[in-house]
Amino acid sequence: MFRYYLRLGLLSIRANPALSALMVAAIAIGIGACMTIVTIHYIMSGNPIPEKSDQLFHVRVDSWDPNEAYDEPNEPPEQLTYLDATALYAAGRAARQVISFLSSRVIEPEDEGAKPFQRETRATTHEFFTMFNVPFKYGAPWDRTADETLERVVVINDKLNQTLFGGADSSGRMLMLTGEPYRIVGVLDEWSPVPLFYDLNNGEYGDPAPVFLPFSVAVAGEHGRWGNTNCWKPIGDGGMPAFLASECVWIQMWAELHSDAERQSYLQFLDAYVSEQKTLGRFPRAMNNRLDDVQAWLTYNEVVDDDVGVLLGLALLFLVVCLLNTIGLLLAKVMRRAKDISLRRALGASKATLFGQYIVEAGMIGLAGGLLGILMTWLGLRGIENLFSAYDFVAKLVRMDWVMVLTAVLLAILSALAAALYPTWRASNVTPATQLRIQ
Amino acid sequence: MLQMKNVSKVYRTDTVETHALREFSLTVEEGEFVSVTGPSGSGKTTFLNIAGLLEELTGGSYELDGRDISKLNDKERSRVRNEKIGFIFQSFNLIPELNIFDNVDVPLRYRRFDAAERKKRIVDSLEMVGLASRLQHMPAQLSGGQQQRVAIARALAGEPRFLLADEPTGNLDSNMADSVMQLLADINSTGTTIIMVTHELTLADRARRNIFVRDGRVSDSAGNLQLAAAS
Ligand SMILES: Nc1ncnc2c1ncn2[C@@H]1O[C@H](COP(=O)(O)OP(=O)(O)OP(=O)(O)O)[C@@H](O)[C@H]1O
Ligand SMILES: [Mg+2]
Repeated sequence: MFRYYLRLGLLSIRANPALSALMVAAIAIGIGACMTIVTIHYIMSGNPIPEKSDQLFHVRVDSWDPNEAYDEPNEPPEQLTYLDATALYAAGRAARQVISFLSSRVIEPEDEGAKPFQRETRATTHEFFTMFNVPFKYGAPWDRTADETLERVVVINDKLNQTLFGGADSSGRMLMLTGEPYRIVGVLDEWSPVPLFYDLNNGEYGDPAPVFLPFSVAVAGEHGRWGNTNCWKPIGDGGMPAFLASECVWIQMWAELHSDAERQSYLQFLDAYVSEQKTLGRFPRAMNNRLDDVQAWLTYNEVVDDDVGVLLGLALLFLVVCLLNTIGLLLAKVMRRAKDISLRRALGASKATLFGQYIVEAGMIGLAGGLLGILMTWLGLRGIENLFSAYDFVAKLVRMDWVMVLTAVLLAILSALAAALYPTWRASNVTPATQLRIQ
Repeated sequence: MLQMKNVSKVYRTDTVETHALREFSLTVEEGEFVSVTGPSGSGKTTFLNIAGLLEELTGGSYELDGRDISKLNDKERSRVRNEKIGFIFQSFNLIPELNIFDNVDVPLRYRRFDAAERKKRIVDSLEMVGLASRLQHMPAQLSGGQQQRVAIARALAGEPRFLLADEPTGNLDSNMADSVMQLLADINSTGTTIIMVTHELTLADRARRNIFVRDGRVSDSAGNLQLAAAS
């Protein structure tokens, strides 16, 4: 029977091409508008590292001003002081821990003719790559010894490797950064988590820095800070040593903890550390340490813009309007086909049978609307991309994946079925007799 | 086979109540060929619609094959229509976007016959009306008489025991009307019960029994038609 319905549906769509096209268009436009926003929302709120987002914790301790919280109502600063970051890192109480900050270096290509150019660098510890599941194309991360002995090693990303070495395996080769030679130990594969969760201070949808080098090397070499630095206490004279000893926060720290028990004991460790520091006259505020896993950290930072929520509501409303339109069109179609319907009733179709027939037809319209809706969504996303082409990050938000494609088609079919319910019910309730009478 | 007792049918609109049938009583035996005549608006079509389970009755009782029709739900009524009753209408009521084969196929689909059975029945019934060579034609490609014969084939394909016709020759010229009447007579001779509404007394006369309807009542159910018309 289903195949028979499919055939009847096709025939009916062919018999009313204009009406059918209008319905498909109404659904497609509604789906397109809705899915454009849904896609952006979905990517914005996506999980950048689903396989272990509940094991990675952003570390905060409240080293801030006794008279004023870092952020209302009582939030500790998002970053750590050098004193705390290095001490907590050195304690090594988590399965893995990473400290890092954003800096920059001037890259000097080997090629005589090529001009030097400045790029962001991430100064971090060797665990960064294993902790965040960063994929390598060539080579491997540096090791603990490199961190400890201040070895000048770098990991570069695929794109930079293309620029400098034409994509060849460059591990083992040398790279000049601001006048100093570094040995390349690894080249990353394509890697760009969205949002850029491990450093939300410097652009939520930015690209990872193309160069990674040891934290210890960057500090010793006094690499300039390209990220945010916040201080509540005067630094005092004395250059870099004074800054490193100051209460300024500028370093991000993450800890990998595999169970609730590990998380509890790490919090206890933080508390113990802060208590000890209090005896030294630091940490004037009440005990206020935080461990947020990736999703909690994204939520805390309000990575998903409120406006997108409003837009999402509007887009859904738009879809509803399109569906109301579809309901109207379907009703018109039912009216036009009342004679056909009453005839089928007379020939033995029960209400249920007719309902099945028309629902299948509506499903087909929905499927067509969904497929066209995907195209509309794609166009919508391209439109947004062009409109905001000045902002690099937009390109990352306007990608479609198969989840979204599937969602679009499902949403379209469901919408079409929802829209079809009332008209179909009307159709199956056409009285057979009255229509046969007015011949 | 068909037994109506004091059937009434009232149409209510916001302003008026129309008594289309009142105290309508009629018994039709298996194998009869009954013609129904009467003035316009007297309730002939209403009677046929009720007999064919297309409309519900307001009062009275209706038994078909000994079954009380008022107790059936929509699915059961649809099934009785599908299996026991064939309809022929004045305007031939073919579905324009389906070809002849598929038009005759409609009631057989609802009966859930398998493909081979459906095909056999379609070809047989179209053969019976002399149109087996036109399977792939669309309704618009046939003459009025041919279309009506397709409609008759459709009514016959399910081998109903009961054929209801509402002015089946109303849109045909007298030659074609004649051949359709001949067809109905042939069908009746194989045992199918037929009730036919018509305006034309000469056609009505070819039935074995005539009933005359006036004001929603059977005013004469056995006698000679000319007499009834004269009275
Ligand atoms: N759906 C309806 N709503 C209201 N009144 C109706 C409806 N159908 C029929 N009627 C009325 O019921 C009465 C009987 O109508 P019916 O169609 O049965 O007459 P008929 O004998 O078939 O007439 P004709 O010979 O012109 O076809 C008429 O007065 C008609 O106006
Ligand atoms: Mg009539």
